[in-house]
Amino acid sequence: MDVEDIEIQLFVRAMQLRHGHDFSEYAPASLKRRVQQLVRTHDTGTISELNRRVLHEDGFVGSVIEGLSVPVSEMFRDPQVFRALREKVLPVLASYPQINIWQAGCAQGQEVYSLAILLEEAGLYDRSRIYATDFNDAALAAASDGIYAARDARDWSRNYLDAGGTVSFSDYYSARYDFIKLDKRLRRNVTFFNHNLVTDVVFCEAHLILCRNVLIYFNNALQDRTLGLFRDSLVRGGFLCLGTRENIDFSPAAGGFTDVDNALRIYQAGGTGARPLTR
Amino acid sequence: MSGYDAIVVGCSAGGLAALQRMLPALDATLRTPVIVCCHTGSADVSLLVELLRRTSALPVVEARERAPIAGATVHVAPTGYHLLVEDDLHFSLSVDGKVAYSRPSIDVLFETAADAWRERLVAVLLTGANSDGANGLAAVRRAGGHAIVQDPDDAESDVMPRAGLDVAGADACLPLDAIAPHLNRLCL
Ligand SMILES: C[S@@+](CC[C@H](N)C(=O)[O-])C[C@H]1O[C@@H](n2cnc3c(N)ncnc32)[C@H](O)[C@@H]1O
Repeated sequence: MDVEDIEIQLFVRAMQLRHGHDFSEYAPASLKRRVQQLVRTHDTGTISELNRRVLHEDGFVGSVIEGLSVPVSEMFRDPQVFRALREKVLPVLASYPQINIWQAGCAQGQEVYSLAILLEEAGLYDRSRIYATDFNDAALAAASDGIYAARDARDWSRNYLDAGGTVSFSDYYSARYDFIKLDKRLRRNVTFFNHNLVTDVVFCEAHLILCRNVLIYFNNALQDRTLGLFRDSLVRGGFLCLGTRENIDFSPAAGGFTDVDNALRIYQAGGTGARPLTR
Repeated sequence: MSGYDAIVVGCSAGGLAALQRMLPALDATLRTPVIVCCHTGSADVSLLVELLRRTSALPVVEARERAPIAGATVHVAPTGYHLLVEDDLHFSLSVDGKVAYSRPSIDVLFETAADAWRERLVAVLLTGANSDGANGLAAVRRAGGHAIVQDPDDAESDVMPRAGLDVAGADACLPLDAIAPHLNRLCL
């Protein structure tokens, strides 16, 4: 085994034993790249030196989590997905008196505000609650601020319109210098909090769970367990939306879901024809 | 038995035309997987897959998350994601930041493929207008794999192959039309 691979295993053990963060079931190739990136960011030279700091320096673990999290996101990324949520999912959710939505792995909140805008435009926001969770506290803080680089606004505005937006995206933010700040009214029914999908349990009865591009970092066993967690959290007939390139064909727990729109990775809990398992 | 288990290919500007010349000339009995990372401007890779499929000697598919990497098939990286090869030879995806201004990045594909296949990998760097792939090619060579670079004078855009030669060097530097026959000799 090469030395670097040994060091990575030791890193994973150190994070687990010292800080209770379990990365042992993350997909190895991208975990390795992120650890290598941490070595560059903190200029530690080797992973072993990084491990020493993980073990001995109080407060260092926060920046390690930030480095392993890479909260890259966009508003209305994959506009067809948000259009489908608007056209196929929200009309069903409209039949519930109170709508609970869990956004798992919310990064810096781009998709949280996207969802809030959809709900607002559908006239459903006042009876909705969005639980927006991530295991990266810095990302959660940024999410709750709702401040983003102005250079992203043009792309997001196009995404918004492609997703079927009915007004102008700029109605939802104020621009200042190089930044945009999302209207804080969009946050009025959002609760941001730290939740780790590896170790934490179900906390609500959800009607919709949005968890896009998070499970791609998990190996098959952890993906399967997390899908089980989602199934347990969803009401019967509740919706699950994953990233558009995710593959749940190897997960036994995916048998608890039926396709709503397979190409867009929108599923429903329970239902009749359970998904077949590929092996 | 040939000495190589997989072929990875990287290209950007001019890449579609180059792949349309190279893939049809591969031997249809090749057993190795061919994994392609081509920067395209478009939102969806399905058009690229469709165009390549029309002329390719081997079946062409979009690379699928978690799927075992099937041989005798051309796998194309989806747009907007890095495509990674896991050591137990299935694909994974990430939306981590761009590498060399690109996602998918050729460096990410080549580096993870080099980790997985070590000296049993062939990497091909074709035409392109940026230097993504150069570091990846160096990783392939460090692991003992075989690096092929398209002759810059023959490439529609020479920046990528030149960067590859500067940073990594090559085991073979060939005009486009000589690359598929070379791959056939190496991998059959
Ligand atoms: C690539 S972002 C996805 C952002 C957004 N959903 C999207 O698709 O644009 C992945 C997020 O998952 C979070 N994440 C990774 N592992 C996690 C875990 N075990 N528990 C909770 N969140 C996690 C990361 O912190 C990061 O913010």
